[in-house]
Amino acid sequence: MPEPILRLEAVGKHFGGVVVLEDVSFDVRAGSRHALIGPNGAGKTTLFNVISGVFPPDEGRVLLDGLDLAGVPSRRRIGMGMARSFQNIRLMPHLSVVENVMLGQHARPGLLRKLKPVGLLPKSRERDEALEVLDRFGLDAYRGQVVANLPYGIRKKIEVVRALMAEPRLLLLDEPAAGLNSTETAALRDFLMEVSARGVTLLVVEHDMPFVNSLCEHVTVMNFGRRIYDGPAAGAREDEAVLDAYLGTHHKKGASDAA
Amino acid sequence: MSGYMAGVLAILGINVIFAYGIYLTAAAGQLNLGGAGFQAIGAYAAAILSVELGFGIVSTIVLATLAGALIGFLIAFPILRTRGVYMVLATFAFAEVVVGIILNSDTLGGAMGMIMFDYIETPAVLWTAAGVVAFVFYLMSTPIGLAMRAVHDDEPVADLMGVNNRAIQVAAFASGGALAGLSGALYAFYFGFVEVQYFNAFLSIFVLLYVLIGGTQTAWGPLIGAAFFTLIPEALRIGEDWRFLIFGVLIVLMMIVRPEGIVTRDAIDRIVARLMPGDRRA
Repeated sequence: MPEPILRLEAVGKHFGGVVVLEDVSFDVRAGSRHALIGPNGAGKTTLFNVISGVFPPDEGRVLLDGLDLAGVPSRRRIGMGMARSFQNIRLMPHLSVVENVMLGQHARPGLLRKLKPVGLLPKSRERDEALEVLDRFGLDAYRGQVVANLPYGIRKKIEVVRALMAEPRLLLLDEPAAGLNSTETAALRDFLMEVSARGVTLLVVEHDMPFVNSLCEHVTVMNFGRRIYDGPAAGAREDEAVLDAYLGTHHKKGASDAA
Repeated sequence: MSGYMAGVLAILGINVIFAYGIYLTAAAGQLNLGGAGFQAIGAYAAAILSVELGFGIVSTIVLATLAGALIGFLIAFPILRTRGVYMVLATFAFAEVVVGIILNSDTLGGAMGMIMFDYIETPAVLWTAAGVVAFVFYLMSTPIGLAMRAVHDDEPVADLMGVNNRAIQVAAFASGGALAGLSGALYAFYFGFVEVQYFNAFLSIFVLLYVLIGGTQTAWGPLIGAAFFTLIPEALRIGEDWRFLIFGVLIVLMMIVRPEGIVTRDAIDRIVARLMPGDRRA
């Protein structure tokens, strides 16, 4: 069994008296497409914030390639191979599309590279690389535009492309399909399949179940800050606790009890 | 070139350098309302180094610039603990402290000011300004410049992209202090006299206006803003009595019509698209 790329060990987080995460443990296998699902308020985004280092866990450990991330500042994690997108699009509103994407290259090593006047040179490896990726994902037409003026679906994709620019091994995506229409969702799935085929591990928070089922082979389900299921995607559909969380405690007894 | 024209151009050069000093912090998302303090540090450092210690003009200007950088670096740490309007007030207070120290110091001439022995001419100021403009355009085109603008737009996300926000902000304050100090040293050598009354709150407000009215989105902003603020009042000299009223109305109009500054990225994109149809800027 290969070493998991990401391991959560009994992670807990509370804000004041409110317990948001409690004893959350699971592994994300390298190269897998792993979904993290659960009703609103289950603690999924909080867990993403703990993993990416926005705030530390109050209990437990987060391990990347077996290395405890406690004390590793959030800005160093992208250089260790972990990049993420955000539930509400967080592109830089005053930067152009290609500049936003090139920001994803920032974590790459090399001080000299940071002093290269990329914006003044007619051609550079950094820009070419960003343009090539934009082209590959059909975003070429928008490259010079300021992102604030672009449609939602396009911005959503650009955010994923930006995260990819960091050449991550683990990509955390927070509701990538939210707000997309069915055509865009299908295109996003194909896009993520291609990303996965290149060896990038995906951990995806998502509400769109058909999207999850068509993309991910492994699912972790959370409810009220706890992990209630962790296993193959197919198994989640029959799991008692998962059905309870989504459909309510009396889903089996139905209307006869209520009457 | 007439003496009057040379004088206006020299002031323009000094103001452009000064504006870029404030722009560098603004580009990284911090408003510095203490510009006059940094410029005073450069001017008085030049006066002491040149008059009291006998340094040459070039070495004095270099050292005065470094003095601005050092103070900018040191002051960045306490000031970056504040946010938003409190940061504006903290920088403003810093400038007042600098002026207060100078006013109460006999070594620095107190309210009497200091007379310079050496002087520089307009071309020296303009060449230096050209060098500063080139430097800022270069800096803003690098990944570091990109990181500065990212910090301006969204600090938490910049952090997750691997940007060291604190280092960028401190560097912006230090390099901004350097340029403001440089402008002060040039001012001292050009006018041959430094007096603390010149470095007042209005100066800090005006230089911040150069930057905000010019626009903080691109390196063109401070250049256009400083030119606007330096040249329009001169052009309005014809109607001497109404000059400041007209100028004030112009500023208010600018704020209404172009709240993000005269030069914005959209404006540049549109101009480029018109000049070079078919070439989509990236």
